[in-house]
Amino acid sequence: MTELLRPQAIGQDLARRDGPDKVTGTATYANETPVENPAYCHLIQADIARGRVSAVDTAEAEDVPGVIAVLTPGTSERLSSTEDKELAVLQTTDVAFRGQIVGIVIAETPEAARQAARLAAVTCSEQTHDVSLSADRVDLYKPDKVNPSFATDTSVGDVSAAMDSAAATVTETYTTAMNHNNPMEPHATTALWNDGQLTLWDSTQGVHSVRSTVAKVFGLDKGQVRVVCPYVGGGFGSKGTVHAHVVAAAMAARALPGRAMKLALTRQQMFSLVGYRTPTIQRVRLAADRDGRLSAIALDVVEQTSRIKEFAEQTAVAARMMYAAPNRATSHRLAALDVPVPSWMRAPGECPGMFGPEVAMDELAERLGIDPIEFRVRNEPARDPESGNPFSSRHLVACLRDGAERFGWADRDPRPGVRRDGDWLVGSGVASSVYPASRQAQSDATIRFADGRYAAEIGAADLGTGAWTTLAQIAADALDVPLDLVDVRIGDTDYPFASVAGGSSGTSTWGSAIVAAARAFREKYGLDPADGDEAQGQVPEYQAQERYALYAFGAQFAEVRVHADTGEIRVPRLVGVFAAGRIINPRTARSQFIGGMTMGMSMALHENSVLDPATGHVVNHDFAEYHIATCADAANIEAYWVDESDPHVNPMGSKGVGEIGIVGTAAAIANAAYHATGVRVRDLPVTLDKLLPGLD
Amino acid sequence: MPEITVRANGHARRVAVDTRSTLLDVLREQLGDTSPKKGCDHGQCGACTVLLSGRRVLSCLTLAVSCDDAEVTTAAGVSHAVQQAFVDHDAFQCGYCTPGQICSAVGMLDEFADGWPSHVTPDLTAAPELTDDEMAERMSGNLCRCGAYANIVPALRQAAGGPG
Repeated sequence: MTELLRPQAIGQDLARRDGPDKVTGTATYANETPVENPAYCHLIQADIARGRVSAVDTAEAEDVPGVIAVLTPGTSERLSSTEDKELAVLQTTDVAFRGQIVGIVIAETPEAARQAARLAAVTCSEQTHDVSLSADRVDLYKPDKVNPSFATDTSVGDVSAAMDSAAATVTETYTTAMNHNNPMEPHATTALWNDGQLTLWDSTQGVHSVRSTVAKVFGLDKGQVRVVCPYVGGGFGSKGTVHAHVVAAAMAARALPGRAMKLALTRQQMFSLVGYRTPTIQRVRLAADRDGRLSAIALDVVEQTSRIKEFAEQTAVAARMMYAAPNRATSHRLAALDVPVPSWMRAPGECPGMFGPEVAMDELAERLGIDPIEFRVRNEPARDPESGNPFSSRHLVACLRDGAERFGWADRDPRPGVRRDGDWLVGSGVASSVYPASRQAQSDATIRFADGRYAAEIGAADLGTGAWTTLAQIAADALDVPLDLVDVRIGDTDYPFASVAGGSSGTSTWGSAIVAAARAFREKYGLDPADGDEAQGQVPEYQAQERYALYAFGAQFAEVRVHADTGEIRVPRLVGVFAAGRIINPRTARSQFIGGMTMGMSMALHENSVLDPATGHVVNHDFAEYHIATCADAANIEAYWVDESDPHVNPMGSKGVGEIGIVGTAAAIANAAYHATGVRVRDLPVTLDKLLPGLD
Repeated sequence: MPEITVRANGHARRVAVDTRSTLLDVLREQLGDTSPKKGCDHGQCGACTVLLSGRRVLSCLTLAVSCDDAEVTTAAGVSHAVQQAFVDHDAFQCGYCTPGQICSAVGMLDEFADGWPSHVTPDLTAAPELTDDEMAERMSGNLCRCGAYANIVPALRQAAGGPG
């Protein structure tokens, strides 16, 4: 057990410290770094999905006034490491997916760079490509592990036998669509190569991981690379790992020493170059006795990866621990296709993986004639079914009960398709949420004292999560000083190593490092430090994970209205209740929850990257056609939490809150759409064309 | 290249512009005001919203050469109750769409005061009421991927003088 901080600043409802800079637009993002006399880069992309670049004729592009250089596979520098093929920019003439970088234009103005990129004549020899995912492909393979290091398959007991002898079963296939992260700030890097030093102002979820990756790719010492990123315009996983454009910007900078290079992706380019969530095909089997006790849970997942780099989304892992069932089986199979490289998108694994099973739970509850909340409560496990360890804290039932009361579930008529309000069919649905309470193995912090003020330094990132504010709260309590005496310095590799902001592990990891540094500081200098005093600390080993199952839980409730004639779907109300440890800052935490729920609603109703099998191209590659939730869709979303303080996760008693809000939302909405209409949609997004054939 | 005068946030600047340049790029790359953001460059997200002679426009769809002598106000030049309301209600997270939301909100409240109806206005002949539905509808051209909409509407309510 960890010694918990006495919460004083922690728990206070505070405005974020970066608020004034953000509402005036003066917060500086990567592409806005004030640099002298920048040059501008624009990428040239392959327009085939598989084949080889046979020639790039740059003559016309180079004639555009203002063009400085055009880098191609034939003229670019040779990288030191091409182990990561996604980052091997211009190192080969092979084309592995449509949109791959095949050239970089450098020019005096963005207009000239863009014009020249269009004029560069790229000749390709095209090979037959294959971008079609299906569960009956003969070339599906079993990856060695799934993201980041989970077992690919699991099996306990005998699911088939349990299915054969059960009172009620569900065997159905559910699918989730290809989704793109689409943070509002397009990925951008400003790069400067000067006297053997590379400086990158990059929009990233982790400056230190950019530094180590880029240093390796270019064969530099880490000390030769500095990465700076005070503000990130959203990431949702797509800025959690280095993508090819960062290498392209650095390559351009190294081609013109002393000249700062600005590279910003276009919205369209983001659909091929910065990762996405794989589509998933989920075969779910559930079995239960007449009293609603599950005897079997199985989830077999098929999803895609790229040919040049494997990413195996851990879609089935939540099914391993969510409910008590003696017979359990999960598997992941991949198709390696001629597609862009998939990667992290908010709650990889849990987000898609809590769609199929949570809709299946709704289907089985109906078959058994049991309320879907009661059905979940009856299958609450005493220990983690997967590891056998006790849960460090598990308040799923409290979330379900509290949410039911707030939402007004008690009077719900379970019959589908029987409520009508004017032209609208009305229904409600519920689903559970879960997300691991993780901590990363390495992060260091420094506490400094000068002029009566303390500073906590750590190379962490604030993607809108509130880290600028919450880390100050943690430091204040760890030092036992008023919050207004504490400054936070993040977003720069000049500060100590911090893990990437991902897996909802940031605050837990960095906060633990800050607490360790603060305790070391007090031990060294007592309560009366002198100017210049400083102490370091690092995140301790996460020993609790050997003995406990560590997760946050939640319950989501949706009201759905479907227009009886047109099939138009609206979600007038979403209620989420979460058990996520002690809440550091209610204001910013609530924003994380409602933000996740809003993105979950968006996934449920809108988001669908349409990959054209003929061209390998995401045809709806902009906001006009890749729809995300707008203000009119999502203005009424409520998030609450139950009191919880978990002494096993970290000294703050907190768990991560960045991702759990998106887990379960789509299932709650799909379940509510069924309750409204009697039409069960098992394929996301739930769009009117899928409902209309079933409406009278 | 043609020269134009841009009056941005009260400062007149003479600037030579590429005829292809958008007002957004001229503000960001030539005049050094990066408060209007480039989220899509196609008029689909609203992050670049500025006030042009007091009305909200998408600066990525506005050619700079058409703005000679125009009064441009960006979020950096806005001083309005909506900004504090956004801070109070945490009506943003990453902050990238926020300057556009702020300019759009100022323009929206003015449009409403001038009696403009919207898609959800029930009676086109009566003076509209500034309901949550009206505000959400009128702000739906400004996308927020962090999903702050449920905080944006109460912030707008506060800025408009209603209960926050």
